[in-house]
Amino acid sequence: MTGTVPLNAYLILSAALFAIGVIGVVIRRNALIIFMAIELMLNAVNLTFVAFSRFLASMDGQIIVFFVMAVAAAEVALGLAIIIALYRNKESVNVDEINLLKG
Amino acid sequence: MEWVLFVPLAAMALATAVLVIVLQNPIYCALSLIGTFFALSGLYLLLQAQFIAMVQVIIYAGAIMVLFLFVIMLLDVGHEPPPWLRRDRPRVVVGLGLAALLLVELVAAIGSGMSEGIRGPHTTELVNAVGNAQLVGRLLFTDFLIAFEVTSIILLIAIVGAMVLARRQ
Repeated sequence: MTGTVPLNAYLILSAALFAIGVIGVVIRRNALIIFMAIELMLNAVNLTFVAFSRFLASMDGQIIVFFVMAVAAAEVALGLAIIIALYRNKESVNVDEINLLKG
Repeated sequence: MEWVLFVPLAAMALATAVLVIVLQNPIYCALSLIGTFFALSGLYLLLQAQFIAMVQVIIYAGAIMVLFLFVIMLLDVGHEPPPWLRRDRPRVVVGLGLAALLLVELVAAIGSGMSEGIRGPHTTELVNAVGNAQLVGRLLFTDFLIAFEVTSIILLIAIVGAMVLARRQ
């Protein structure tokens, strides 16, 4: 195979990664793995941004990816702190068992 | 030539991503996600976004996943039985159906040929002449300065929030 990889190849790969992340969030019951699936979705979007940045000749995509990564780092820190606090109270990270607010 | 690099990287990204959501041991899932991040970093290099590729490895694989692994080992989470073992078939079917619908819709949107936009000024030649990291730095401190400063406040909030949430009462 020769030639450059077209934009649509990157976009379809990114869509597939995003769909895999969605499946992970719906199927898994472990809060940490749900969190990892969310990170997977964020990375799929990052790939879309960088692909468009290259093919539309604009650096805006890469700048946005920089900020997405910074916000994702902050979100992971806080999310894991929440999970730790949750585990301390319930002794479990299974999201099926975290239903104190259920009526 | 680019296809020779793209196909293995894309295959590795997809395979490790599927492993993340399928494996039962959380440590294996975290390691698979690190593999996904490395594959994505390779794809960023293929797209000539060298700065983002390095930041991906340093921040995602080097900091965020280390944090994940620390928490997994700290909390001693056990293995979770697969959903089909626990008679959770409806949720698995709904989840896969929704994801398939999403994928079909996204591929239709991609294939409709609307993936065009206003071409910007930063062509590959210009970026390579200035340097990718230099150009990102220059833009961050001129056009995107406010967002840059606000990001530092976001990180401060994350630090304070994590310390408040995780301390012993």
